[in-house]
Amino acid sequence: MPGKVLNALDPDALERLAARLPSGSALISATNGKTTTAAMTAEILSPTVRLAHNSSGANLVSGIAAALLSSRGADVGLFEVDEAALPELARRVHPRAVCLGNLFRDQLDRYGELELVAERWRTAVRELPPEAALVVNGDDPQVGDLARERENAFVFGIDDPRHAVEALQHAADSKWCLLCGHPYEYSAAYVGHLGDYHCPACGHRRPPLDVVARDIDLRGLEGVDFTLDAGDDDRRVQLRVPGLYNVYNALAAAALTLRLGADVDGVASGLQRFDAAFGRFERIDVGDRRLLVLLVKNPAGANEAVRTLVAGDAPRIALVALNDEIADGRDVSWIWDVDWEPLLAGLEHVVATGERAAEMALRCKYGGFPAERIEVVGELDAALDRGLELVPAGGELVVLPTYTAMLALRKIVADRGFVQPYWKQAA
Amino acid sequence: MTELRLAHLYPEYLNIYADRGNIAVLATRAAWRGLELAVEAVSVGDELRRDAYDLLYVGGGQDREQALIAPDLAAKGEAIREAVAAGTAALAVCGGYQLLGRFYRDRSGAEQPGAGLFPLHTVAGDRRMIGDCLIESDLVAGERRTVAGFENHAGTTRLDPDARPLGRVLAGFGNDGESGFEGCRLGTAIGTYLHGPLLPRNPWLADWLLERALEHRLGEAPELGELPDDLEREAHLVAAGRARSRGGRF
Repeated sequence: MPGKVLNALDPDALERLAARLPSGSALISATNGKTTTAAMTAEILSPTVRLAHNSSGANLVSGIAAALLSSRGADVGLFEVDEAALPELARRVHPRAVCLGNLFRDQLDRYGELELVAERWRTAVRELPPEAALVVNGDDPQVGDLARERENAFVFGIDDPRHAVEALQHAADSKWCLLCGHPYEYSAAYVGHLGDYHCPACGHRRPPLDVVARDIDLRGLEGVDFTLDAGDDDRRVQLRVPGLYNVYNALAAAALTLRLGADVDGVASGLQRFDAAFGRFERIDVGDRRLLVLLVKNPAGANEAVRTLVAGDAPRIALVALNDEIADGRDVSWIWDVDWEPLLAGLEHVVATGERAAEMALRCKYGGFPAERIEVVGELDAALDRGLELVPAGGELVVLPTYTAMLALRKIVADRGFVQPYWKQAA
Repeated sequence: MTELRLAHLYPEYLNIYADRGNIAVLATRAAWRGLELAVEAVSVGDELRRDAYDLLYVGGGQDREQALIAPDLAAKGEAIREAVAAGTAALAVCGGYQLLGRFYRDRSGAEQPGAGLFPLHTVAGDRRMIGDCLIESDLVAGERRTVAGFENHAGTTRLDPDARPLGRVLAGFGNDGESGFEGCRLGTAIGTYLHGPLLPRNPWLADWLLERALEHRLGEAPELGELPDDLEREAHLVAAGRARSRGGRF
C-alpha cells in the first residue's frame, strides 16, 4: 500500500499532491453507489480531462493518496470517499466539488448510528471552502437537507411516481422528520427512504430539484432509460445498467459533472457509454456459462439488487457469499433486514458460502425456502463450482457476494483466466 | 390449532438489529409444531392489554428512535410488569433491554425513566462495546447452555444485587464489560444485549420462550419436540468461535 507508506513518511503529502491538480478535486460519498457514481463520472469526464481516480474502490485517506501518487499529470482528482472518512478528506483535499448521494444504515459496528454520520457530514459541509460546489440527493431527507447549508447547492432527484413502491421497505431509515420527529409522508418512495417526502406536521419537505430524472423505462436486467432534465435542457439517456438505484447514480454523476462545467450532450453520451463498475452488476463469462455478480453489503443495497433481479426475470440458481471481515461488517444481522423472499420465490437452489454461510442458509430457511434446496459450501471456489454445476449450459448464475467475498471470487475467476484482475483493468 | 399471541412493541421504531428475524424464528418454530403465532404490533398510543398476549417482544433502535418511544414505553410499564408477573413470556433485546430497566442515564446526566420491569439501570458510557459475544446460561434448570450473539452498546447496565443475569460471559463484554454477567432474567422475561439476531443461532432459547408462552396460554407446558437444527448448530458454532477469537476487544 504505497498510500499508507506515504501517509506515514510524509503526513502532509495528501494536501500537497491534491493542491497540485490544476483543476482541483471532486469527492463523491454515499452509503450505496459511490463506486458506480464515480465510475460514471469518470466516463463523462475522461474524453476531455485526465483524471486521478481511485477506481478500485480504495476510498480511505491511504487509497486516495495512492491514486494521487500514481496519476502525475492529471488535471482533475475524482475520488469516491468512505462515508466516515469524508470529513477528514474534505478538510485535507480542499475539494472543488462534493457530491453526496444517500445515507442508509450500514455496518453499525463500524460506522455507528446513521444520525452520527449525518451530523459529521453536516459539519464537513459547513467547513467546505466557500467556492466549493455542493451536489446533493434531494430525495434523501438527511442528505437533501444539507442543501440548506449552502447557497447554490445543486439538488438532484427522481420525479416519476409510476415507479414508486407501495410501502416503505422494512429496513427504511430516516422515516421521521428531521426537524420535528413526526413520520414523513411520501407522495412517492423510490428506493428505500429515497423519494418525494414531506412532513405533515411542520412542513419540512424535499428541496426543489435542479437535475431530475423523468419518464423512466426499466428494461429488466438489460438497462434503464430516462429523461435527464437539467432545467433549461433535457436528453433521453439509455443506461446499460439496470434498476432505479442506477438512475440515482446516473443523476449524481450528471449533476456533479454539469456543476463542473460539462455540457448536457457530454453527460448523456458518457452515461450511455458506461458499463458496470466492477462487482456491481458485472457479467463474467465462465466457459459456456455466465456469472452475474451483484455486490451486496447492506439492506438497502441488497433490496435493490433483489428488486432488479426479480423484475428482470432472474435466473434460477443463486450463490450467496457472506463474509464477516471488517470491510463486510462483522455483524451479519443485516441479512435478516433484507427482503430476500421475492428472490427466493423464484429460485430452485441456493448455494450459501463464505465465512458465515450457515447464517445465510438460516436466513433462507426461516424465510420459507425449503432446507433441502439450500446447500452450504464453505470454501468459495468449491461453492462456485457447485453453483456452476447447477446451472445448465448457456445459463446464468447469480452471485451475491459481500465485499471481501467479491474480491476473493473475482480472484478465483481471474486465476482461472476468465477476467482481468481489477488492478490491470483499472489502469 | 393452538394460537399463541405475540405483541411486538414499536416494530416501526425498534428494529435496528434485524429484530424481525427473532419474530420469524418464533413464528416458524411454532408453526413446525402445529402452533400458530399471531403477531400484533403495539406502538405509540396503543393500549397494551395485560392479559391479551402470551409473549412480548421489544427490539433495539438508534438513539433517536429510542428517545421517540421511551415516554410511551414507560407509560406501559405497569401493564408489562403485571403481564410478566402473570406468566407472559418476554424477550427484550439491546435497546429494548435497556428501556425495560428502571432508567437510562445519558451522557449529560439526564435520566430517562424505563418500564421498570428488570431490576437494573443503564448509564451511557464513553466507549462502545462491539463484537461477538458468547455466554453460558442456566435458564434451563440443571443445564448449562451457551448463547452466541453480537453486541453493540455504549450503555453499561448494572444489575441490582438481587437480580439474576441471563448468563455468565465466556467471551465478550456483557452488561458492563466488568461484572462478567450478561442480560437479565426475571421469571418468564429475558433481557439481553445479544442480537445477530439472537434466536436463529440459539434455537433452544426460542423454544424456551415458546414453552413459557404455551404455559401461559394453556396453564401447563407441553414439551416441544426436537427439530432438525443442523444449520442452527453450525451457525452457533461459527458465532461462538468468532466470540472466542475476537470478542470483548475495544
